Amino acid sequence: MNFKGRDVISIKDFSKEEILHVLDVAEKMLPIAEGRKKSEMLRGSIMSSLFFEPSTRTRLSFEAAMKRLGGDVIGFARPGTTSIQKGETMADTIRTAESYCDVIVMRHPHEGSARMAAEFATVPIINGGDGAGHHPTQCLLDLFTIQREKGSIEGNRVALLGDLKYGRTVHSLSYALSLFGVDMVFIAPPELQMPHEVVEECEELGAHISTATTLEGLEDIDVLYVTRIQKERFPDPEEYNRVAGIYRIDAHTLSEAKEGMIVMHPLPRVNEISPDVDRTPHAAYFRQAFNGVPVRMALLSLVLGATA
Amino acid sequence: MKELKIQPIKDGTVIDHITPGKALTVLKILGTTGEEGDSVISVAINVSGKSGKKDIVKIENRELDPKEVDKIALVAPNATINIIRNYEVAEKHRVSVPDEIIGIVECSNPNCISNTNEPVETKFIVKSRHPLRIRCYYCEREPEDIPSHIR
Repeated sequence: MNFKGRDVISIKDFSKEEILHVLDVAEKMLPIAEGRKKSEMLRGSIMSSLFFEPSTRTRLSFEAAMKRLGGDVIGFARPGTTSIQKGETMADTIRTAESYCDVIVMRHPHEGSARMAAEFATVPIINGGDGAGHHPTQCLLDLFTIQREKGSIEGNRVALLGDLKYGRTVHSLSYALSLFGVDMVFIAPPELQMPHEVVEECEELGAHISTATTLEGLEDIDVLYVTRIQKERFPDPEEYNRVAGIYRIDAHTLSEAKEGMIVMHPLPRVNEISPDVDRTPHAAYFRQAFNGVPVRMALLSLVLGATA
Repeated sequence: MKELKIQPIKDGTVIDHITPGKALTVLKILGTTGEEGDSVISVAINVSGKSGKKDIVKIENRELDPKEVDKIALVAPNATINIIRNYEVAEKHRVSVPDEIIGIVECSNPNCISNTNEPVETKFIVKSRHPLRIRCYYCEREPEDIPSHIR
């Protein structure tokens, strides 16, 4: 399986076997990601980190991943400090950056930006989020988290909770989980239910889907994936408060959960998960955030043709 | 005695078998308003043909190029293009929706990268021809009302 030179734009560009290969490589990266083992695997390679939009975890974990493997990082975290401020196009920024590096990681507010960047660049483009479009590395780290926490991806019942309509994370994740034949429950208020075409696509791939508007049957859930409900989607603030309150998860809510049930969240969270959940063994979201490092190390090493 | 509804032309293009009611949209797609030149344009709507009703457009002294033909296929997939030279049909071909539609349709997603000042042409992948479904190569959105997004 050769990933050298390949772009990472959407999880839909990956087969199930390719996903499993990335997760295998990520597993091997764990001692390096944790700092227990040193590596010079990507020594002499440079990653451009081009963040046209704010990010905490994606940018930091990509930069950590590159540096843990002995590589170097150049780039920007705010376009305000670059010639984009003077009206330079993204295409010209990409063509310039690629002449300085071996791989580009980018986040951009417009959907399709990473796909377009890949047309201009000869070095691999890794999409760190394109507007409401794709965020494939988040999806891969979510799958890696489920595999590590639960032993496998298959055989779990996964509940996706919150903003299922606009959340790019849950669209990609439900697609990927469908490749593994996972049973899913989509829990959202009627206004924020999973788009019809996403449900259809999952079912076509063989997933068993059920939908709900309230969090019930927690005792049958193995993975509870919580997303932030975005206040700006609601025309009436009262309506938002009502809905946001319904889905607040606290330690009491989890008293009915299975012992090994995990709570995941792509972060940032606002108030959908109470801090008292952090102290329970269910809380997997900070381990999930860490998993971004080994997964991104795996992707960087694969697209740059380095071997573990 | 048969009445000839559309007179033959000496030189130009006859677009036949247009989906009934779409002739004016075809003219819009071609950017033909009548103000851009002095060629005579004839339009026939809901003409009875061998296989039901159809529209016909005749444009004198103008031969359509392939890119324009592709545009027409988006609203009139069964249309035929007849290039007329000296009253004879010099070329005849049926329009066909290509596998990719480049630079013709605008993306319906205002936040798509193809709707910014980036130096790219819009690009759509044809998902199905009957019914016509296209998907933006960049943001993957499918426009519902394709004719209204033709440039």
